[in-house]
Amino acid sequence: MSENNNNPDKKNRRDFLTVATTAVGVVGVGTAVWPVINQMNPDSSVKALASIEVDLSKIKEGQEITVLWRGKPVFIKRRTKEEITNAEKVDLKELKDPQPDNKRVKKSEWLVLVGVCTHLGCVPISGKGDYGGWFCPCHGSHYDSSGRIRKGPAPTNLEVPTYEFVGDSKIKLG
Amino acid sequence: MSGKDSDLNSNNIKPVHTNKVGGSPFKGVVGWIDNRLPIIRMFKYEYLDFQVPKNLSYLWSLGGILMICLIFLIVTGLVLGMHYKPSSTEAFISVEKIMRDVNYGWLLRYAHMNFASFFFIAVYIHIFRGLYYGSYKEPRQLMWLIGIVIFFMMMATAFLGYTLPWGQMSYWGATVITNLFSAVPLVGKAIVTWLWGDYSVGDSTLNRFYVLHWLLAFGILGVVIFHVIALHIVGSNNPSGIEPADTRDTVSFAPFTTSKDLFAMLIFLLAFVLITMYAPNYLGHPDNYIPADPLVTPAHIVPEWYFLPFYAILRSIPDKLLGVIAMVSSIAVLGLLPWLDLSKVRSSVFRPIWKQFVFLFVLDFFILMYVGGMPAEGIYVLIARVGTVYWFLFFLVIAPLVSLTEKTLPMPNSIHEYEDWKKQGRIKTFKIF
Repeated sequence: MSENNNNPDKKNRRDFLTVATTAVGVVGVGTAVWPVINQMNPDSSVKALASIEVDLSKIKEGQEITVLWRGKPVFIKRRTKEEITNAEKVDLKELKDPQPDNKRVKKSEWLVLVGVCTHLGCVPISGKGDYGGWFCPCHGSHYDSSGRIRKGPAPTNLEVPTYEFVGDSKIKLG
Repeated sequence: MSGKDSDLNSNNIKPVHTNKVGGSPFKGVVGWIDNRLPIIRMFKYEYLDFQVPKNLSYLWSLGGILMICLIFLIVTGLVLGMHYKPSSTEAFISVEKIMRDVNYGWLLRYAHMNFASFFFIAVYIHIFRGLYYGSYKEPRQLMWLIGIVIFFMMMATAFLGYTLPWGQMSYWGATVITNLFSAVPLVGKAIVTWLWGDYSVGDSTLNRFYVLHWLLAFGILGVVIFHVIALHIVGSNNPSGIEPADTRDTVSFAPFTTSKDLFAMLIFLLAFVLITMYAPNYLGHPDNYIPADPLVTPAHIVPEWYFLPFYAILRSIPDKLLGVIAMVSSIAVLGLLPWLDLSKVRSSVFRPIWKQFVFLFVLDFFILMYVGGMPAEGIYVLIARVGTVYWFLFFLVIAPLVSLTEKTLPMPNSIHEYEDWKKQGRIKTFKIF
């Protein structure tokens, strides 16, 4: 240490060069590696198909359709009055992922869900399970008529995709 | 700086040998090559003259059998790759084409499929051998760890390969397994999208899985070479768990071990041929002959049989993140065993208590395998939970506890004495063990 103190100038210059070279090296390697990593993310052609329009006029009360959006099924259900009241009267304290029904719909008649189980990505089956909604056959998750997780290993409610009504009976997904 | 320069001028000069040609025990052309590339003498020292314990049982033939499996898998995979098309629209059709149109395509594909299964059969017996005879103990810990790395790589490769036919089980298996990464806090979803190259398992996913399947296959070959180099440094364990001391304890690898291994390989290949020829789809799932459909989940998704015990562990835990952690740790915990089992005695032959727990562990493995193939409901969930608890208890509690308290049986001083004791009936072992 005492030798370094005798010649502080030289020591500092070397330190600076080491740090500067390392920094440039790290940034350089990072810049070179990023394209190799980022190429695996969804490409432009995949992103271009990221939003679609769906016509709802032919769906009757109690019926459900499944559309393919971003390679995943989306459930669009026209709920019956009973299903709506059942979903609304649930005590939020009972829920694993508490969310009131009105936060999950834009119009209470229409429930729009990504049909992918939040556990490990299977497609839940409609009209099965203990809570009048969906049941995932893979690992036994039960969802209610608002698509909320009620029983089983799934950690969260079925996802509500980004959508908006573009007319009385038409929605735009994504 | 100046101090170092002056050292070179003083009496610190040493000769260097950048040219190491020579030293071969062979003459002529072979010697000429071996002097310049010493792989021929390495083969002689490590395979022909190599001394191994003379009491190795057939359980020690699994290493060679695994090597054969790996080579056959690479060869059949190479030729299948000449006909397969890794695209979501063509993959299923190209596999059907291999099965129906390509000359001997059916044989090559069935062989590749069933070799994967037999690879796992052999590796499970191989791991059991290590557990039962304490092959993970000093000085073989690193070999054991390398082995676990190989096992992880095998599982990844098998999973990626199973995706390629693009049937229903391929598609949904890939969906379930890639979704395991979404359990990672904060970045989980981004990781999964990155892995898929899409918002769901799709064309991009299949294409990269095909590339990674190839990469990992050769990666395994590389790590296997490390495993074998490490073996040739520490030497083989043996049923007595006693290190060989002199030539009364050993035989040379060729022709003794090679001929014994060859016989074991023939029996193994016979079983393989019987399955491949008479029940080629027995170890697979019929749903994989239905083309992948992203809108319909099969009523009951099951992975390949060799993943079932770990799948049961995953499902036994009601929390997603903890389930994933439990599944990965259930294999990684094997790596801690050399430091959890503190007994100085290697072989279970001399460990009456530990032996019982090892057999119970094997039973647990099969029970978990059974419930992993059953729906996740009712009694099966309970059995899976009990099985999972025992799995971790075995490593984390039973191993250290038993090793500290167990009274081991009296041991012979050498391998040749061990063989004498066996003849006198002083040691009870199974015939083939």
